[in-house]
Amino acid sequence: MTVRINGEERELDGATSVADVVQSLAGQAERGVAVALDGDVVPRSDWESTMLRDGARLEVLRAVQGG
Amino acid sequence: MNLGGRPWSSRLIMGTGGFRSLEELEGALLASEAEIVTVALRRIDATRSSASPLDLIDRLGLFVLPNTAGCYTAREAVRTAQLARDAFETDWIKLEVIGDDRTLYPDPIELLDAAEQLVADGFVVLPYTNDDPILARRLESVGCAAVMPLGSPIGAGRGIDNEHHIRLIVEHAEVPVILDAGIGTASDAAQAMELGCDAVLCASAIARADDPARMAVAIRLAVEAGYEARRAGRIPRRLHAEPSTSSSGLAELGDEAGTRGVDVEHA
Repeated sequence: MTVRINGEERELDGATSVADVVQSLAGQAERGVAVALDGDVVPRSDWESTMLRDGARLEVLRAVQGG
Repeated sequence: MNLGGRPWSSRLIMGTGGFRSLEELEGALLASEAEIVTVALRRIDATRSSASPLDLIDRLGLFVLPNTAGCYTAREAVRTAQLARDAFETDWIKLEVIGDDRTLYPDPIELLDAAEQLVADGFVVLPYTNDDPILARRLESVGCAAVMPLGSPIGAGRGIDNEHHIRLIVEHAEVPVILDAGIGTASDAAQAMELGCDAVLCASAIARADDPARMAVAIRLAVEAGYEARRAGRIPRRLHAEPSTSSSGLAELGDEAGTRGVDVEHA
């Protein structure tokens, strides 16, 4: 299946949860990381149970320096 | 200062953007004695491992105030605030909804809309706003915990372009007024406090100074100085001099006439 993660198309094999993607990008899910799936917030407590579907748009964000 | 239902001892809030390194940021944070610091949310880039400012902020025991920098619509800003709440476990949000990238002025329509939604969703909303007294009142009336008018555009370093507007905002506000954006150097921060602002938010003036830690000290002292001056009550500005030494008991030491200087009107 094809998903968009932070604006880039990615091919995924098999069942992939939000937590799997966060793990691959951020390592241990630390404070300061947040996830939106198709524009809506996925609370940290739902990362494990939320599975990606074909065409999903995922944004994985973290704290950076800013105004 | 009481802000968002909590007492704070520092009236300087620091932005963390624009620093050349985390080391410089740390030096400036310590020197500023700020308790509240802003951070932003951006996409994780696994190919570039730049250190997060969050570890530093947590290590120094500072209060994280996430912002919605880069948002152009109420919808984006509300989503970003909700993401920040999940990321930082805080209901506090520095709300920025920008109108264009040339001025970085807030879009007042989107800003008010976002503020209203976020207040209803339980956020402590600190909106970055135009220096418009009416908009400031509207933001307060929808439940914002403070209003944060700009002095001049973000990063412009011009100080306060229109002190009359800041004065008018202060006059009506019953929530804290925090001057956000435009500070160029210490005297601008002192002026903001003298005008009656409750606090100053400063990022670029410190981050982009040649010596950020030293500028952080200067602005901290200026905020304190301006606050004390405001409370002390300044003398009015006058056209003419007002002698500070009494003339009663003054000795007669000159000629009998014409010892009071040139008579301007008849000269």
